[in-house]
Amino acid sequence: MSKQVITTTVNGDSVDFVCDPRESLLDVLRDRLGLTGSKEGCGTGDCGACSIMLDGRLVCSCLVLGVEAEGKTIETIEGVATGTQLHVLQDKIIEHAGLQCGICTPGIIVAAKALLEKNPDPTETELRYWLAGNLCRCTGYDKIIRAVMDAAAELRKVA
Amino acid sequence: MALDQEKTKQFKYIGTRPKRQDGVDKVTGQAKYGADTYQSGMLHGAIVRSPHAHAKILSIDTSKAEALEGVKTIVTRAEFATDVTGDNWNILENVMADKTALYDGHAVAAIAATSALIARDAAKLVVVNYEPLPHVTDIVDAISEDAPIIRESSIEPNVPEGYHKNITRRYECGKGDVKVGFGEADLILERDFFTEGVHQGYIEPHACLAHVTPDGKGELWCSTQGHFNVQRVCADLLGMESSQLKVTASEIGGGFGAKTTVFIEPVALALSRKANRPVKLVMNRSEVIRATGPASSSWSTVKVGMKKNGTITAAHGTYRLQGGAFPSAPSESPAQVTFAPYDIEHAEMIGLSIMTNRPKQAAYRAPGAPMGVFASEQIIEEMAHELGIDPIELRLKNAAKEGTKGVHGPTYQRIGLIETLEAAKAHPHYSTPLKENQGRGVAVGFWFNFGGATSVSMALSLDGSVALTVGTPDIGGSRASMALMAAEVLCIPYEDIRVTVADTGSLGHNDDTAGSRVTFAVGLATIEACNAAIKELCKRAAGEWGIEPEAVKWEEGFAVPSGANAGDFAPLSLKELAAKMNTTGGPINGHFASSPSGAGPGFATHLVDVEVDPETGKSTVIRYTVVLDAGKAIHPDYVEGQMQGGAVQGIGWALNEEYVYGKDGRLQNTIFLDYRVPVASDLPMIDCVIIEVPNPGHPFGVRGVGETSIIPPLAAVANAVSAATGVRQTRLPMSPPRVLKGIKDKQSHG
Amino acid sequence: MNYLKPDTFDEAIALAQKAKGTLRFLAGGTDVLVQLRSDLVTPDTLIDLKGIAGVKDITRTSEGWDIGIAVSGAEITEHEELMQDWPGVVEAMDLIGSTQVQGRATLVGNLCNGSPAADSVPAMMAAGASAMTLGPNGTRELMVTDIPTGPGQTCLQPGEIITSIHIPAQKANSGDAYERFIPRTEMDIAVVGCGINLTVDGDTITGAKVAIGAVAPTIQLVPDAADALIGSSLDEQALAGLADAVRAACNPIDDKRGTIEFRIDVAGVLARRVAQTAYARARKAK
Repeated sequence: MSKQVITTTVNGDSVDFVCDPRESLLDVLRDRLGLTGSKEGCGTGDCGACSIMLDGRLVCSCLVLGVEAEGKTIETIEGVATGTQLHVLQDKIIEHAGLQCGICTPGIIVAAKALLEKNPDPTETELRYWLAGNLCRCTGYDKIIRAVMDAAAELRKVA
Repeated sequence: MALDQEKTKQFKYIGTRPKRQDGVDKVTGQAKYGADTYQSGMLHGAIVRSPHAHAKILSIDTSKAEALEGVKTIVTRAEFATDVTGDNWNILENVMADKTALYDGHAVAAIAATSALIARDAAKLVVVNYEPLPHVTDIVDAISEDAPIIRESSIEPNVPEGYHKNITRRYECGKGDVKVGFGEADLILERDFFTEGVHQGYIEPHACLAHVTPDGKGELWCSTQGHFNVQRVCADLLGMESSQLKVTASEIGGGFGAKTTVFIEPVALALSRKANRPVKLVMNRSEVIRATGPASSSWSTVKVGMKKNGTITAAHGTYRLQGGAFPSAPSESPAQVTFAPYDIEHAEMIGLSIMTNRPKQAAYRAPGAPMGVFASEQIIEEMAHELGIDPIELRLKNAAKEGTKGVHGPTYQRIGLIETLEAAKAHPHYSTPLKENQGRGVAVGFWFNFGGATSVSMALSLDGSVALTVGTPDIGGSRASMALMAAEVLCIPYEDIRVTVADTGSLGHNDDTAGSRVTFAVGLATIEACNAAIKELCKRAAGEWGIEPEAVKWEEGFAVPSGANAGDFAPLSLKELAAKMNTTGGPINGHFASSPSGAGPGFATHLVDVEVDPETGKSTVIRYTVVLDAGKAIHPDYVEGQMQGGAVQGIGWALNEEYVYGKDGRLQNTIFLDYRVPVASDLPMIDCVIIEVPNPGHPFGVRGVGETSIIPPLAAVANAVSAATGVRQTRLPMSPPRVLKGIKDKQSHG
Repeated sequence: MNYLKPDTFDEAIALAQKAKGTLRFLAGGTDVLVQLRSDLVTPDTLIDLKGIAGVKDITRTSEGWDIGIAVSGAEITEHEELMQDWPGVVEAMDLIGSTQVQGRATLVGNLCNGSPAADSVPAMMAAGASAMTLGPNGTRELMVTDIPTGPGQTCLQPGEIITSIHIPAQKANSGDAYERFIPRTEMDIAVVGCGINLTVDGDTITGAKVAIGAVAPTIQLVPDAADALIGSSLDEQALAGLADAVRAACNPIDDKRGTIEFRIDVAGVLARRVAQTAYARARKAK
């Protein structure tokens, strides 16, 4: 058991933690940093419920080791809203009923936000393929897609 | 209020689409699900599982595991009660093996340690001495001559002599005399259909945190569809008094029927009791797929007789479901459901429950039914095509309506099947021309919907806001629907009502969130609880005015004199009455408890267009339309959500999902990589048409919708693929290798 | 498990030499972490190669492309020039996993994991890609075609690591393409994969490489399939010859992803489709 001390930045804050090298970044975020918004749905990178941004790149935190976070910049669902101001995506998901049980919702929001920052005007097909790694079992995806397309339109208006 | 007045009544809140109250928590990651809670001193659990499909457990040596630093305790079946009987015995036997491992993944021991990694490593150090036994996982093999017999004591008295000993139940229903009916037919078609086991695929694995203290009291936090049921069962399995165990339901990340029972909760409690520490136990995905409660695999034989003009003269169905190594396959369900949409004089439906070396099956929305409908609705459609009759017309011709005596026994009150068929026929989808390699499928479905034991409380606050307390976990937005119904009855804004799902110590009994019952039964109780509070509010106003309580009525959110004779008093609002309630008689609460009857059956018609690549057998769903009678859609967004969710689960079940067992009886696809649920890019938008034929049994006309939505899609998609390929699809899933083989076989045989 | 992050390749080799027990190297981690989590492997030593200088670079030279071993699939897809030169290689890499997996997965990881169904490998083989390696005995250059030796196995020696991937400059009038068959639209392992690289002179195919994946214990070039195309203008006869040669080279298994019959059948179908895409790209190229 050779635990390591890691220093990283999460949602703009500098944090330190100790972890076993076998712990995933998802384990660390949840169990050591108290950020339980990212969820473990599969542990194999197939469901996207653990989606985070790592140095500006959308990744599954279950496919990154905690020790790999050293010196990196991490953004999780907890950092999407700005204070009490929800992100347009968050508003639209609620407005369009783009969630039922809500377990996939944090991952969907992080992933959709990453797309819209890269491509502000995706087609429905582009959006569906981008979100192929975010499984939802409740909604059949319909209302999620509508919500994100509406959020994209709203963000383009403001831009 | 009389129903005919209800129909034309304009609702103020019902039928609108306000934001759900747990929305912000869920989009910000703040909502707490099963694995999101922590307690100081908490241990982590891990489970040791059998790698054999069927084996005697000769010995369990835990010494190496116990020696690992950080391991605090280990439990086996010995830690559980020994006097458990009936259904609970089956649950216990499934939760942890006793002398026999019954399926690949069956739990045999559990460990609690100071970290999840240590628990996982310790699990590998437990040495179990197995003696493998012959196993059987396929349903057809399970009732063939040389199949190993799983457990003779599970056979129910309704199974006749001479039946294979892996058949545990025989159910029968019907009417008339099918011999006569088939004698009247111009066309008879009979086929066998097969479906494979599937998993409900909820994204949240089972998770719980248990804490049992030396005084024998226990607290359990868990992701569940029914925490009252969890309390009762866990207490029994641990030999505790129910009242000593308090269960709190977390937010739930999907269940679809499989979280109406327990798997790891009794284990966590046993570990906690033995270790005298809180224990958190979370399943990984592989454990979920391997060792929770998938839906049955099935083998159905359906035979229908029709006149040339499309009138069904007789129907016969034999529905075989395997429930794993337990007598729990719900074979009465397809027998009752498959021909429920039709007015038939002669029908005989048989259900057989079969055991195999697989995990104990659990409900997947409507338990047992979609597999049977996969068979029956394909026979109907195939015969329609053969007779040259439009598939919707044929169903309209035979459709059940008010007054029809269903094949399953009851006589229907007002139902909306015909309305859904007519809406489907009129929908632009149905008349859109199809392109090459595309096929269209239709299917109808029925589900009983249930009432169930329900308790609801509401309480006024001094500021006039309302706390509504329910006991049914919110899977899909039900708190919003309850708040809407309370708002409608009290005539106060939706935003003034806050709904909480209470723990088992804080409210009367509630059956599970299951059976499509919540909007109906919990809604009904909500309405009645609010009516009870209104009665009290009127009494307080009467007191203030010095008139009889019967002379006061509730109108638009105010207590008003019920007529000119009662007196001329200014209306009193709920806020005004609540502000002084403590001095006018005390706090004002409402409460209602019942096991209501009157849940109205639900009917739906599904339309789907599929394109099949003739060179690879790959199917793409091009268009999907769901038409459903919801009775009254309290919150239309969440009704649509059930329609779309059920349809897409059905698409996955129809096209790519299946349990793949090897010859060794082990499950080969235990992760989402090879257990293939639909992804966003696989699907089009799912169009929804909500029909409202009010249910006479509910004040607002509500019918359940969650289960009806999964009944038609398997057959609808199969009918579409069959139309696109010219090959009747009798096996699920319609994966590309299977479909391509069918296409090639047809090509070579001409 | 000991997690080590060397600053140079030499340091990595030295650490590997010293390591006792099970050793694994870490690039993107999209295979290694899954294996770790499911206890398929519990390395005693894990050497992270992402801290070494140059591993995240894509460099274009007159010889072609040098791709660092930690370049992610997402970065490869975003590289417009590489996409123009080798669209088949890029689209093959792009098909692996989800958007999230693309954020971490690497060409070299896909190659070294040794899966017979790896998506990037048929395209790399058709492109004539090679790998530079460093081991206890020094450096060598290996053709990607020689690297897979069996399911989960490569020809790499213990303690030998790939230090970069080299793809030659695409020839004039050439185009490559990759397609795979999967039952859904995303997120599946290839049931059949095919990568084809063609060079044309006018309408006539003058050079061809055809590689097939997921239909044999190793991914491989099919010289007979290439021969069926060379000298043709991709007419029906050539396509039929291509399909037949590809089918004949298949040696698949029945598993939870496909039957033997299905894989052989679809391999031929896929080869035809990929050839047509590669041909169109070759004819449009300069």
